[in-house]
Amino acid sequence: MIIKLWINDQEITKEIDGDAILLDFLRDHDCYSVKRGCVTSNCGLCTVIIDDKPVLSCSTLVARADKKHIYTLEGLQEEAREFGECLADQGAEQCGFCSPGLVMTVLAMVKELKNPSDNEINEYLSGNLCRCSGYMGQLRGIKDYLQKKGGAGK
Amino acid sequence: MRAVNQAVRKKDAMLLVTGQPVYTQDLAPKDCLIVKILRSPYAHALIKEINTEPATKLPGIECVLTYKDVPDQRFTLAGQTFPEPSPYDRLILDQRVRFVGDAVAIVAGENEQTVDKALKRIKVKYEVLEPLLDFRTARDHKVLIHPEANWKSLCDVGADNTRNLCASNEEKNGDVDEVLGSCEWVIEQTYHTKANQQTTMETFRSYTYRDQAGKLTCVTSTQIPFHVKRILSNALALPESEIRVVKPRIGGGFGAKQTAVTEMYPALVTQKTGKPALLVYSRRESLIASAPRHENEITVRIGADKNGIIRAIDMVTLSNTGAYGEHGPTTVGLSGHKSIPLYGKVEAFRFKYDVVYTNVMSSGAYRGYGATQGTFALESAVNELAEKMKLDPVRIREINMVKEGAVMPAYYGETLNSCALDRCMAKAKEMIGWQEKYPGIELNNGKVRSIGVAMAMQGSSIANVDTAAVFIKVNDQGHYDMKIGATDMGTGCDTILAQIAADCLNCSVEQISVSGVDTDVSPYDSGSYASSTTYLTGTAVVNTCETLVEMIRKKGADQMGCPIEDVEFDGDRVHRVSGNESITLRALANVQDQDADLSATESYCSPVSPPPFAVGMAEVEIDTETGAIDLIDYVAVLDCGTPINKSLVRVQAEGGIAQGIGMALYEDIVYSREGRNLSNSLMQYKIPTRLDVGRIRVDFASSYEPTGPFGAKSIGEVVINTPSPAIANAVYNGVHVHVRELPITAEKIYNGMKQHKNKSN
Repeated sequence: MIIKLWINDQEITKEIDGDAILLDFLRDHDCYSVKRGCVTSNCGLCTVIIDDKPVLSCSTLVARADKKHIYTLEGLQEEAREFGECLADQGAEQCGFCSPGLVMTVLAMVKELKNPSDNEINEYLSGNLCRCSGYMGQLRGIKDYLQKKGGAGK
Repeated sequence: MRAVNQAVRKKDAMLLVTGQPVYTQDLAPKDCLIVKILRSPYAHALIKEINTEPATKLPGIECVLTYKDVPDQRFTLAGQTFPEPSPYDRLILDQRVRFVGDAVAIVAGENEQTVDKALKRIKVKYEVLEPLLDFRTARDHKVLIHPEANWKSLCDVGADNTRNLCASNEEKNGDVDEVLGSCEWVIEQTYHTKANQQTTMETFRSYTYRDQAGKLTCVTSTQIPFHVKRILSNALALPESEIRVVKPRIGGGFGAKQTAVTEMYPALVTQKTGKPALLVYSRRESLIASAPRHENEITVRIGADKNGIIRAIDMVTLSNTGAYGEHGPTTVGLSGHKSIPLYGKVEAFRFKYDVVYTNVMSSGAYRGYGATQGTFALESAVNELAEKMKLDPVRIREINMVKEGAVMPAYYGETLNSCALDRCMAKAKEMIGWQEKYPGIELNNGKVRSIGVAMAMQGSSIANVDTAAVFIKVNDQGHYDMKIGATDMGTGCDTILAQIAADCLNCSVEQISVSGVDTDVSPYDSGSYASSTTYLTGTAVVNTCETLVEMIRKKGADQMGCPIEDVEFDGDRVHRVSGNESITLRALANVQDQDADLSATESYCSPVSPPPFAVGMAEVEIDTETGAIDLIDYVAVLDCGTPINKSLVRVQAEGGIAQGIGMALYEDIVYSREGRNLSNSLMQYKIPTRLDVGRIRVDFASSYEPTGPFGAKSIGEVVINTPSPAIANAVYNGVHVHVRELPITAEKIYNGMKQHKNKSN
């Protein structure tokens, strides 16, 4: 089938297999920030943003993204740096393999939640696994970021 | 000190948080052959016939390899210094398969779909054999896992393949039976810890190609590049000089990647075809055919006098290494060596162990490396002793814990140069509010809230074995290039080692450029494991800097025509003490003479392995109707000597504790009766999310380790050891149930409470 979509504002029209998975499609289009940590929608590493919402690209057919705008970390470098610095100042990025998925979900979260509490932050991000940090440093980094953006975490 | 003991941002941090392509799979050439493995459906079988022709014939398939295509010399995948204590017991592919998921054939082709199709077309006839699945019956069982004649053990570890023994030993000091016989209080209990997955977010992966010099080059997600070089040499029967191993950024290690799980498969494909080849394990493969923690059953006997002084410890560990012996003989040692010495007044101890082969997935190295299992058993037993004696579990530790200056017979006879365990305990008590909260309270919602305690130790590198070398050179801008063989796997060692170098060379961290690891250009390092990097490679950095500063001073003195005694180096200039003359480092670096090259390399191998210490305290809430348990608060106070990087050391601690919480409450590898691994996805194998870990609070009570760089000891492993016993203790203090088998589930707590009720009715 032929689809048309936008990856980081770049239009792509392409013939695809009906069962093609969005994650593989994005990596094939040089979006190497998109990682696969499982195939069971558990880890959140493959998170991308479609229509302002975080979406697991490992469990999304390319066909479902037809006519949509998809954003990966490659297209949100400035925002990634801004939040990433807060994460890095805590040392909480550690191995960094879950960072792209986390950054994407946090960027979606700040658009969706106003002044989230610790609990609301943890619930919003509960689908983003991390094996290195124990999550505490991530939370500190996220709260610093929210504070910098003016919507302080409670 | 300007950089040491600061919270310095990781050198690679911004690359990682902006999602740059720096990991193995991101770097693989796009034309790599895709490699996949056909796996055994049986726990124990012999391949009678294997027909690969229908698979080979598929267009796009490059090769299908079976046991007939591999060298018939056995080796180990354990990343250990030669001669490895782990037995040489495996081939790349073997006619005998030893667990469900063991490799049967390797398929390489141009894309994933074709390779998947080819895997289905390989026809295998198996002679199914009786599997040996219960590790308690494995020793001297009639079913032998490794009957082959070319099985071999390189070290005297008590291994015997005709008895299913991967290792066996007994150590003692004093007469433990006699001392136990004279103790007022004796306790004996058996504890069971399960195999746990490290669950690195980046699964195992490697790619191989022939480089411009024709070398078989392996780019791989590993903690042990130099060992991988030897392992590939053994596996492929290829001289080490023809192999090169490169480590890019690594998506987590935790010990998993101290075993060369994937490297040999694409390497064999490249060796056979000359083409680049890539193997990426799926999460499923990483969960069924990897290198998890050894399952242990540990029986502990402890004796104490009437005042609660612990006089004797007897420990018997049975360890399940599974189908192959990776890290079997060494992990088990830590179950005793890194738990018994916590108790400084012990007059006699005995530590006995067997490590047995069975038909489940092979085990490997996981953070804590046996100490974690031993700590759960011994700390739980000490808590049970305290209960029996009606002593506060904190109090029994305060009167028995090892103190600075002690000679530790159960710890290789080493003297404890630095120990702040007492201060760790005092601080933890205060942080959690032990006096007010112990043992617990009933809430008015059907729940109880209670607290528990445990303490732990680890080592800092393997004494007299681990070796680290460092190379530093002054470049012509007057900055430094530092090459290390230690592998940063996210822990931040590239940065931590640069902080150490910066303070030794009186410069900023930014002036130290760090590169690692390429075995063709990096200096040798045994690898990042055994809590070695900061302590061991850090000391090698200090030594290298000392040599380099001497060279800089000598060259400066020569240029200024004065004796070396008359000059000092302040990080920027070499200047005369007796005059105003000076020369900048940059100018010196550009002076061309016979000493033009300002570079130094030094290595370090430590005669001791100074233990870091931890105290952990858990506060839990338990539903007395259902047994459901929530972790509310976890407090840990750590003595890792001088923390080199304040933020990284904290995150190491928080991360290790979260993994320990996973082990304590959730993680379990479950097998079917036929030996099929049922915990084969993150749906079944549940690692904690951010909603499961409660609040983790970490603080430090630092000692100063005289043999470590700037007084540092290790941090990476000790942090995982306390959660299981501390949480188990909190459960007892809340509902009087002893859970002696991990994980501590609602079901086990519920059943324990029910037994109480039945007894009291």
